[in-house]
Amino acid sequence: MNLILFTFIVLLGFTSYYFGRKKAYTIQSTKKRLTALPQFYGYYLAIWCAIPAFIIFSLWAIFEPTIVKLLVLNDYSNQGYLDDELNLIYEKTKALSRGQFTGEITPFIEASAEKYLSLRSIAQSSKVVIVLSIIIASVAYAYKRISSNSRTREPVEKFLNAVLFTASLAAILTTVGIVFSLIFQTIDFFKVIPLFDFVFGTHWYPAKAFVRDSSEALDPTMYSDTFGAVPIFAGTFFIAFIAMCVAIPIGLMSGIYLAEYASTKVRQYAKPLIEILAGIPTVVYGFFAALTVGPFLKELGTSMGLEVSAESALAAGGVMGIMIIPFISSLSDDVITSVPQSLRDGSYAMGATKSETIKRVIFPAALPGIVGSILLGVSRAIGETMIVVMASGLAANLTLNPLESTSTITAQIVVILIGDQAFGDPKTQAAFALGMSLFLVTLCLNIVALRVVKKYREKYE
Amino acid sequence: MNKNKEQLLNKRYKAEQRFRLYGQSAIFMALLFLTIFIFKIFSTGYSAFQKTWLIVPVTFDAELMMLEQNPSKEDIQDADYYDIALKSMADLDPNANEDQENELKRMVSYFFEKEIKNELLNDPSLIGKTKEVYLTASDDLDQVFKGNYPRDLPEDQRRVSDYQLKIFDQLVANGKVESKFNISFFTNADSREAELAGIASSFMGSIFSILVCLMIAFPVAVLAAIYLEEFAPKNRFTDFIEVNINNLAAVPSIVFGLLGLGVLLAIFQLPRSTPLVGGITLSLMTLPTIIIAARASLKAVPPSIREAALAMGASRMQTTMHHTVPLSMPGTLSGTIIGLAQALGETAPLILIGMVAFVNTIPGSPMDPAASLPVQIYIWAESAERGFVEKVSACIMVLLAFLITMNLFAQIIRHKFEKKWS
Repeated sequence: MNLILFTFIVLLGFTSYYFGRKKAYTIQSTKKRLTALPQFYGYYLAIWCAIPAFIIFSLWAIFEPTIVKLLVLNDYSNQGYLDDELNLIYEKTKALSRGQFTGEITPFIEASAEKYLSLRSIAQSSKVVIVLSIIIASVAYAYKRISSNSRTREPVEKFLNAVLFTASLAAILTTVGIVFSLIFQTIDFFKVIPLFDFVFGTHWYPAKAFVRDSSEALDPTMYSDTFGAVPIFAGTFFIAFIAMCVAIPIGLMSGIYLAEYASTKVRQYAKPLIEILAGIPTVVYGFFAALTVGPFLKELGTSMGLEVSAESALAAGGVMGIMIIPFISSLSDDVITSVPQSLRDGSYAMGATKSETIKRVIFPAALPGIVGSILLGVSRAIGETMIVVMASGLAANLTLNPLESTSTITAQIVVILIGDQAFGDPKTQAAFALGMSLFLVTLCLNIVALRVVKKYREKYE
Repeated sequence: MNKNKEQLLNKRYKAEQRFRLYGQSAIFMALLFLTIFIFKIFSTGYSAFQKTWLIVPVTFDAELMMLEQNPSKEDIQDADYYDIALKSMADLDPNANEDQENELKRMVSYFFEKEIKNELLNDPSLIGKTKEVYLTASDDLDQVFKGNYPRDLPEDQRRVSDYQLKIFDQLVANGKVESKFNISFFTNADSREAELAGIASSFMGSIFSILVCLMIAFPVAVLAAIYLEEFAPKNRFTDFIEVNINNLAAVPSIVFGLLGLGVLLAIFQLPRSTPLVGGITLSLMTLPTIIIAARASLKAVPPSIREAALAMGASRMQTTMHHTVPLSMPGTLSGTIIGLAQALGETAPLILIGMVAFVNTIPGSPMDPAASLPVQIYIWAESAERGFVEKVSACIMVLLAFLITMNLFAQIIRHKFEKKWS
């Protein structure tokens, strides 16, 4: 039904475009001067035809379920039901009206199912009537405006401008959406678990929260030793540190080599090849780390008499480092190439060798940009999920031994939220709290990094 | 004094050479990683494109199948195939006792009944006759045939018994084991049995997610880019939008998963595990990438084009829509494809919105539960069966092939259609 109505609105929109344009030609044929190109008459009529109807249509789709629910559940008010029970009744009603109800049918529910169906059919038919009358009214208005040959280009362009502006708000809306989805759960979480325990606690054992019988009231003291995030934060930064130990030397040196030494031919092939590393999906790296690097390190360790966990931080961090190499190499390559040639010439003129020039002149000059690129790399390492989930441990160990397994923020979020989630459970909320801390940390890193890079760019432009 | 100078110079030249070597080895290391990586994936994955079949003589005994004389198509459809299937496996070793018969049965996939049934449906005249039928080998034997199975392990650590291996070796010696191209890997949905598992469901899931993502992200991003590049006044608000876009581009993907979970699933009550929700989540992620690409390519259109159009009396909107935007399209499109390729490889947000559920049907619309290719890789990689290892690598190969094609396509669009202004 909705689809038919929607298609109908769209078709009407297209037809009214042709009618509008035709009207413009008729006006033109009476030797009157048009105020805009004929197609603007068409656009004008089409916009007036489709947009108001479409707005009503979407509003209806958003509010109809809520209003129907309120009306159906009205019968049950004053009977002392809890919200959850009311929701259950409503779900049963809907299931019954679709004929998919399997439980025991009580007369109450049968009555509400009938009411539900009749309300739905009233809503459907009134929607069609209202949408059609809106279309008729707005088209009549717009057609009158067209016939009197009033301006059409300006309103159409204003409308387009408004559409463009709305689209540009999407980025803000996404940010708002992220903050919004994280903040409520996080606040609820901190109502149960004190912030202090979360930030300074050293025991992370969210599975404990599962043992709770759901009928019991929440007992905060139960969780006092469950949600201490220190091991998680430590693990996150530790793995990121290992990753950067691999990525910075290799990435930076290859960036320098590509920018300063490599012939055009080498550059032409090596650069895209290295960048392939950035295009490989992270789940593939995770598989590689878990299946190849982890067991390899374990065997290597055993042959040297070391005890290496198959899911060591070293394997996850090392592979993550490989993933980050291209970010650092191409960003530092860009940064180094944009250092003005005059600085190099000056240094060569003083008799410095190429490497001395790079180390003493170019590197200091490019340092802010390089730092920025490294910070972006760190932010990526902290936010990386799949490699850690697949190759590093899932139990949170507080350790600084790269051969043991640790866990990270992202891995814990996945572990907690994989499968079914119960909103309102401290365990689920803990995942959102972790997400919030991840968002804040990466946000700070990104802002600083982007600032530094931007400042640096301005310096040499 | 002179000697000293020479020594110093030599030292400096050596340092120069060392530095150069560091650079070369860094590049070498990066490329080495890439090579190991690709080699490893291909060497473990290529065998998944082959599938092992056992050729087993099956007697279509009407009595065992409970078929009357001259059965209709429906009768054949409803007949009982279990007994003849069991019997034909048991007949491989006439001296087998009951336990051994069971082991014989487990040498083929549990799908064997259906394979025998299809054979008869294709040729109803087979009733009462004996024919050699191709049956899918169990995934352990499949691995044995491909040489990936450690046969020298003690028997209690293997899933294949000595008895099964003996019979299997006999079959191999008689030429009754064949390896053919594995079509079912591309046409089957996911399965708990490695020998039957395929990528069709996750492939369709990926396609649907990417389409939803494209349909949302592309128009919004292009419109936003047009506004920001051509119409936006330079003020604090537009600066704020810019900062937002740049930050969003660097927000970890898992946070978008939380957004999908907390807003799309919890508040808007959209159906879980569906490509629809996955696509919307991915579209929010690719939005900044496409906006940045579209802005860059709008910026690259020289101002003279705009000035010429304006001078001819076009309005700003007309100038933009008729001249600037069409000229910027190649760059925008290639940026979009690259953004979509990123979205195609994304796993974490999809796991959070439940696209990790076990789906053994092929989704027909974006509203059906599905997995996606990267999530399928994750699911298979987490499962313990040996047969899944090569499936994972093969799935990775398919995914990489896709990504490479998309990137090539983006390159081609960029080089073929983009105008060079000079």
